[in-house]
Amino acid sequence: MTRRLLSRLANPQLLALLGVLLINWLLFPNFFRITWQDGRLFGSLIDVLNRGAPVAILAIGMVGVIATKGVDLSVGAVMAMAGAVAATLVVAGYPAPVAVAAALAVGLACGLWNGFLVAVLDIQPIVATLVLMVAGRGIAQLITEGFIVTFTDPVLIFIGTGSFLGFPMAAVIALALLVLVTLLVRKTALGLFIEAVGVNRAAASLAGIRSRMLLLYVYGQSGVCAAIAGIIVAGDIRGADANNAGLWLELDAILAVVIGGTSLLGGRFSVPLAVLGALIIQAMNTGILVSGFPPEFNLIVKAALIFLVLIIQSPLASRIMPTRMPVREASK
Amino acid sequence: MNIITKLALAAGLATALSSGAMAQDISGKVIGFSQIGSESGWRAAETSVTRQQAEERGVDLKFADAQQKQENQIKAIRGFIAQGVDAILVAPVVATGWEDVLSEAKEAEIPVVLLDRGIDAPEDLYLTSVASDQVLEGRVAGQWLVDEVAGEDCNVVELQGTVGSSPAINRKQGFEEAIADASNVTIAQSQTGDFTRSKGKEVMEAFLKSSNGGADICAVYAHNDDMAVGAIQAIKDAGLAPGEDILVVSIDAVPDIFTAIAAGEANATVELTPNMAGPAFDALGAYWADGTMPEKFIITESKLYTAADDPQGEYERRKDLGY
Repeated sequence: MTRRLLSRLANPQLLALLGVLLINWLLFPNFFRITWQDGRLFGSLIDVLNRGAPVAILAIGMVGVIATKGVDLSVGAVMAMAGAVAATLVVAGYPAPVAVAAALAVGLACGLWNGFLVAVLDIQPIVATLVLMVAGRGIAQLITEGFIVTFTDPVLIFIGTGSFLGFPMAAVIALALLVLVTLLVRKTALGLFIEAVGVNRAAASLAGIRSRMLLLYVYGQSGVCAAIAGIIVAGDIRGADANNAGLWLELDAILAVVIGGTSLLGGRFSVPLAVLGALIIQAMNTGILVSGFPPEFNLIVKAALIFLVLIIQSPLASRIMPTRMPVREASK
Repeated sequence: MNIITKLALAAGLATALSSGAMAQDISGKVIGFSQIGSESGWRAAETSVTRQQAEERGVDLKFADAQQKQENQIKAIRGFIAQGVDAILVAPVVATGWEDVLSEAKEAEIPVVLLDRGIDAPEDLYLTSVASDQVLEGRVAGQWLVDEVAGEDCNVVELQGTVGSSPAINRKQGFEEAIADASNVTIAQSQTGDFTRSKGKEVMEAFLKSSNGGADICAVYAHNDDMAVGAIQAIKDAGLAPGEDILVVSIDAVPDIFTAIAAGEANATVELTPNMAGPAFDALGAYWADGTMPEKFIITESKLYTAADDPQGEYERRKDLGY
């Protein structure tokens, strides 16, 4: 049992994360130093958790969509919309719970709209969600009228910058979502259904799975996750920046899912590994920032590291490096 | 010459002087304005200030929003030429590809004034261009910091704009020029914050970690105010007082930075004025009055604002401009 657990832990993603953290430590010796300040943990490692949380939350939603052989390009725009809705409502005097609920409702509605286009109208996911990716940011700009809507509501600010047991609130929310969604897909048959639809939708339908409902569910879940990330990002800067909130984060989320080993062709997926993928991306970003490299190198360094991570978990590498084999044998 | 004639002369002189300094009468003129779009708060403010300036001068302003597309701007300019406007203002979205349409305007004898950005085209195709000097903006910010620390050692962290963008390159260059002679002021770290609040905050958090919890940082120089606002929050989260423990200087002069200055959390900002149209109208007025050819490149003022410049009042003046 312990051997099986150990071999599960020795997966390429965890090795990659440790590798990136090690490089960060070499570049910046105080990388692992964590202090206690003003009732919260303070340090670069905590920054990785805090800054990685929005992409991790997006990845939690995205992984279900990708497992059904789909993709959700609209999550960045949905973040901007949710942030804009929450900010304008609290500025207009509504209580924070109402604003948060409205933002989540907007996220759900956006997700269901994507799901409707994909499941009912049978539009290809990349095109279907592209509609909202473009329109969503425009809608967010309409809501904020082009301003950065700043607010002072303590509840919203707490969601973005507060702390729980010393950990940043954003990371706590991401962890809670991770546990919730993992239990949902692994302790019920939902995960199997999602994988079945991803492998072959027609066959899954013939086997009695209601694939339309399932697609609506995964896109809806992705929309809600995007809305949560949007509220966090808005709370973090105490304002809704419709132009920049969530810009290009859909690509980071897709990358996190792919680094997490889920194939873009659908089928087998893992929520925890997608979150690990998001942490790998953020560990790189934070590492670049503390390392003192000139900013002109940012994208090159990032691309090179991602390339390395993808090589580590390529089928060829896993054949050479037999870390995953014992798991497969054990599950037989 | 009796006293009354003297007074009348003086009054006449005063009007002549003021009209020379302010603007010749250009009321009733029809002027077309092809704006890039409204991609940023500053752009929106430029649009509303241009409308204000036109209204004050009695100019009939025809406004065309190009939505970031050059073909829309060219269409708009052709439309203005067909309508027979008296002059055309253009905020060009890109630098190249203007020769044809500007030649058409020249043939129709309609003067063209470029706002905010330059173009790669023969200079005789436009009357003048009105723009800010981005290097000067950086220099003003750097000079303020050199004066403020008055010889004491100061490690500066720099939040750059988007890598490769001209404001980022020029504002960095200007700041470095200003601190070149002050050996006590050095840039310790420099990273890009992409001109946004959230990236400014994230980069500042990393700087604080890598600078002994912020104890080694004396000042932040941000290429725009939004990144400074993000940095201020990061400094507060780290348990330090922005504006005191760490000085904050930035560029643009958007409303929110004045709130921060009023609260003592930011120290100085350099204005990138949204009033590009005022000098353009003045140049056109002089040109129409007696054929004065304006300078080819009119540089707007890069004014420094600190806590001594009524930040609350500046906030009130700017908050409705669309920033």
